[in-house]
Amino acid sequence: MTSVLSVQNLAKSFGGVQAVKDVSFDLAKGELLAFIGPNGAGKTTTFNMLNGQLKANSGSVKFNGEEIIGREPRDVWKMGVGRTFQITATFGTMTVLENVQTALMSYHRNLFSLFGKSSKHHVDDALALLDLVGLESQSHRACNVMAYGDLKRLELAIALANDPKLLLMDEPAAGMAPLERIGLMQLTADIVKERNISVLFTEHDMDVVFAHAHRIIVLNRGELIAEGTPEEVRNNERVQEVYLGGGSTFKDEED
Amino acid sequence: MGFILAQALTGLSNAAALFLVASGLSIIFGVTRIVNFAHGSFYMLGAYIAYTTMSMLPGIIGFWASVAITGVAVGLIGVVVELVVLRQVYKAPELFQLVATFGVILVVQDLALLTWGPEDLIGSRAPGLESVVYIMGEAIPEYDLAIIALTPVVLFAIWYLFNRTRWGILVRAATEDREMVGALGVNQSWLFTGVFFLGSLLAGVGGAIQLPKGGADLLMDFSILSAVFVVVVIGGMGSIPGAFIAALIISELNVFGVQLLHQSTLVLMFVVMALVLIVRPWGLLGKPEKPGQHGQVGELARPIAIMPTRGKWLFAAMLVLLALLPVLDDSFLLVLMADIIIFSLFATSLHFLMGPGGMVSFGHAAYFGGGAYAAALSVKYMGAPMEIAIMIAPLIAGCLAIIIGWFCVRLSGVYLAMLTLAFAQVLWSIVFQWGEVTGGDDGILGIWPSEWASDGVVFYYLVLVVGSAGILLIRHVLHSPFGYGVRAGRDSFVRSEAIGINVKLMQWMAFAFAGALAGLAGGLYVFAKGSIFPDEMEIARSFDALIMVLLGGVKTLSGPFVGASTFTLLQDWLSRFEYWRLVLGSMIILLVILFPQGLVGFARDKFGRLINVRGEDHA
Amino acid sequence: MLKSFTKLAVAASLTASLGLAAAPGYADTIKIGDINSYKRLPAHTIPYKNGALLAIEEINKAGGINGNKLELVSRDDQGKPGEAIKIAEELFSRDGVAMISGSLFSHVGLALASYAGQKKRVYLAAEPLADALVWAKGNKYTFRLRPSTWMQASMLAEQAAKNPAKRWATIAPNYAYGKDAVHAFKTVLKSMRPDVEFVTEQWPGLFKIDAGAEVQAIQASKPEAIYNVTFGGDLAKFVREGKLRGLFKGKLTVGLLTGEPEYLDPLKGEAPVGWLVTGYPWYSIKTAAHDKFRNAYQARWNDYPRIGSLVGYNTMLTIAATLKKTKSLKADDLVAAMEGLSVSSPSGDFSLRAIDHQSTMGAYVGTTALKDGKGIMVDWKYLDGAKYLPSDAEVRKMRPAN
Repeated sequence: MTSVLSVQNLAKSFGGVQAVKDVSFDLAKGELLAFIGPNGAGKTTTFNMLNGQLKANSGSVKFNGEEIIGREPRDVWKMGVGRTFQITATFGTMTVLENVQTALMSYHRNLFSLFGKSSKHHVDDALALLDLVGLESQSHRACNVMAYGDLKRLELAIALANDPKLLLMDEPAAGMAPLERIGLMQLTADIVKERNISVLFTEHDMDVVFAHAHRIIVLNRGELIAEGTPEEVRNNERVQEVYLGGGSTFKDEED
Repeated sequence: MGFILAQALTGLSNAAALFLVASGLSIIFGVTRIVNFAHGSFYMLGAYIAYTTMSMLPGIIGFWASVAITGVAVGLIGVVVELVVLRQVYKAPELFQLVATFGVILVVQDLALLTWGPEDLIGSRAPGLESVVYIMGEAIPEYDLAIIALTPVVLFAIWYLFNRTRWGILVRAATEDREMVGALGVNQSWLFTGVFFLGSLLAGVGGAIQLPKGGADLLMDFSILSAVFVVVVIGGMGSIPGAFIAALIISELNVFGVQLLHQSTLVLMFVVMALVLIVRPWGLLGKPEKPGQHGQVGELARPIAIMPTRGKWLFAAMLVLLALLPVLDDSFLLVLMADIIIFSLFATSLHFLMGPGGMVSFGHAAYFGGGAYAAALSVKYMGAPMEIAIMIAPLIAGCLAIIIGWFCVRLSGVYLAMLTLAFAQVLWSIVFQWGEVTGGDDGILGIWPSEWASDGVVFYYLVLVVGSAGILLIRHVLHSPFGYGVRAGRDSFVRSEAIGINVKLMQWMAFAFAGALAGLAGGLYVFAKGSIFPDEMEIARSFDALIMVLLGGVKTLSGPFVGASTFTLLQDWLSRFEYWRLVLGSMIILLVILFPQGLVGFARDKFGRLINVRGEDHA
Repeated sequence: MLKSFTKLAVAASLTASLGLAAAPGYADTIKIGDINSYKRLPAHTIPYKNGALLAIEEINKAGGINGNKLELVSRDDQGKPGEAIKIAEELFSRDGVAMISGSLFSHVGLALASYAGQKKRVYLAAEPLADALVWAKGNKYTFRLRPSTWMQASMLAEQAAKNPAKRWATIAPNYAYGKDAVHAFKTVLKSMRPDVEFVTEQWPGLFKIDAGAEVQAIQASKPEAIYNVTFGGDLAKFVREGKLRGLFKGKLTVGLLTGEPEYLDPLKGEAPVGWLVTGYPWYSIKTAAHDKFRNAYQARWNDYPRIGSLVGYNTMLTIAATLKKTKSLKADDLVAAMEGLSVSSPSGDFSLRAIDHQSTMGAYVGTTALKDGKGIMVDWKYLDGAKYLPSDAEVRKMRPAN
């Protein structure tokens, strides 16, 4: 198994608060890796460092052997990393189709062209992506009137536009109905298999995590406290302590 | 040494009025997020009202009582403006309130003229403080010392109000988090009204206390406005101590600038403002704005669509009508329509920046005037024929926009807008000051069309063809990949960056594009008028374009054309009558209240399908 | 207060009846287009309009022009040159005016002059002072009535040369008029008195003066005399700060236009005393022609005349004289009639020079004084403009051919 993403000693502090301390892990090709931990564990902070949105204080993140730290998100994307956001970030004044077209135009370096009509660009590719996430029938709806769950799917379609080798998904199923969640994760799992890409995702819904993740990493207070298969993590004492000691169970962690 | 001290004290006393007016504006902006263009009018009203009350109340007590009465009176006028005008449009798209405050300026100008007459009024001296004291051999007016002492008192009073009273704490909370304060059950609208009272009161007091050093005249409103904007921006929008420090800096700079760099008086403060914004984008003591919200408050703009067939027919029909206009054989109508087409192009270029680009420019006249001057200078110095000059205009304006845009795109929101204003003013003062080359305010004369186009009808067709080509080009670009890239950057910065779009670069290019098209409009304009003067770069010209865009509706594509036509026609029609500013101002206010989404926005909501609409926007 | 409410009501009803206001044209009416900045600087332009209207009424009462009625179509240019051009086009093409007149701001005047030259339509500039209007940028179709910056500055320089003061300071608003006025004064004074030196030049922004600082700065250069070009609110602030800080004590101060009622009267009891100024002493001009004008003006408008009133009145007299001289309303015929035209006016006779189209109307030069808490001009004399105009040869050098 070759490592797609290799994170070494990643750290970040805000003011005096150490949000992420010395986190290291690897992600293999074709792997679906979950990132879990209580609120404030540093999941999103880590995520944001992985795609360049936040500058790390120290550490290294290698994607297929190339250093990511120090690059802008747009450059990380060009290396083949797609991402979705915890709070959906889509283009509100565009239609669903146009959202995906814009991502495709960016991928194909068309965006500085003053000529031609956007609506004619990459229509088939965009529709194919929408079909993949089950939004084809809504392709002409305005993005700002879409249901939240559908926006999450749209983000996935956008993130796939550059044919990424790695997908970073920050709480992809948050705000969705339970059935929808399972559907989305199943979809993600299929994509991983079909396209042979790697996915790193965070999630609060432990059912989702334990049902789909190949491997799980547990963060607490910025530190990596456990790593392993779902089974290993479930039985890990420190994990039990963090979650149960806090007076909550995995089941109650939902937002 | 004595001289330096004397100058420093003069600067301090000048800072007093500036600080009062600026702090009022800053408070209003900080809480309501309204950039109140009418703030200068409150200052002017303060001067006039104080003049009247001071002439009725004699003596020392009368003088200071007049200052207090004036403050309250202007504060109440502010409340009326807030209640009658602004409260109606808080929910309108951001910056739309600008248009309303612009209407207020016009109304106040004519009301002041009606009430106090055209002649300048010279304020009486402050009783008991008429003389000078000698400090290190230099004569210092007593009144200067009095207001120097007064300023920190006012600063402390404002600080106390905001930090030690329940009302002030609520207002500050509202500044931080409007929703939260609303959720706590505080009636926000009365908080806003109170803030308006306070802000206007401070402007009124500012107008009153400068009376013994000057007077009241009808040009005061605009002449203080730019200085006040500069102070508020340098200090940081919403920061009172910032306004205080900035007022001191600007006043002292002016005072010593007079001595050291005689000719610098026009440009100095704008240079300082530009420098401060480049180094500290949110002013000295300001806080960063929350990103990504500009031009997008309230309902989001709808997806744009390729014009439906019916719209295309409508557009074609309008072009045919315009092309048939010369049949009427009315040369004035052609001149008027040429103006409208030119301003439509100008407004459309600003709209590209404001709407799809999400960047508000308060200094768009820089490119309009820049293009016009580029054309005029190329005729004057290189003997360029009209055809070439009109092509040079967008090129040079585009280059100007590239330079200005490079600095501006690092900022966002109101700060970006203010930086564009600063650059436009710097450019204006260069043109104004550099008489040897630009002719200064005597302008460049005799820039008339080539022989073949000198006939009114031919020139009209030239404007029609070039102007509508420019407008169609902007429209086309909106639908092009570049247009989508620009809109993507406005809609979501993080998403754009996450899919490989360099948002700042996109914005920068949008600046260049919009600037070039505004320059094209300027190039046409100079040949339509035969001459060019620095006026065309002034704030007023930038405001015109803003009003046109907002009046038409910033979230629509045909808004700029409708706005430009409405504004130009209204102004042309009304200016025949004596108190036209009163009528125009009232009409603008009325339009703002009736059509908060702009004229086209309103028409679209009402009659939908004719203009750019797509099936199910309101789902 | 009540009065202003009445005014308001009048304004409101006026605006309400706007749509109906368009008057039918008479076949025997000659229309004159009038463009001025009625909103930007009303203190100057409204007296101008009143003077012009008075003249029109008198002319019509006396039987009009060759039996035709004269009508003035007034429009506000908002102080914007571009706007003025548009209005000029409308006046000529829609209202059918024979010629246009007016304007106060130099840049608006220059724009209209350029328009007149291009479209071959006659423009009589009333008040703009820019020298370029008839010289460097002059053209066949443009005439100017009021004595220009150069003329008035030379009149003052000639008087100032008699004073022993050698160290001069100048203060002028930082724009073309201010620069021209300083340049003209310096040139003429230097030519008469090579020994004078100019120790400082202050350039406050127009209507943005920082008077305290300017006064200190002038003070610091220790001048013996001061040449002032500021006006309006700037002048008021300058005078007040200057007096307070003792700037004018023991110094000759020369003020361009300072004696004009528009600028002197708002100063009331604080008007400067002993300044050498150009202006308009309407209260003490004792000629029959001027008495008649003053009385008629006061009767008609219930107000006293300003310099603008006189210029407005003279402008219409000039137009009437032109129209009496030629029956044709064609531009070239009008120009031919205007070149060398002589006009009798309340301020004396003047003519329009054929060589540069500048009128020889002069100006009043005198000393300021206080009387009954008001500034006035005393010891004044009327200087004929013809003596302060360049020779034909010099004009030919400055003025473009045609």
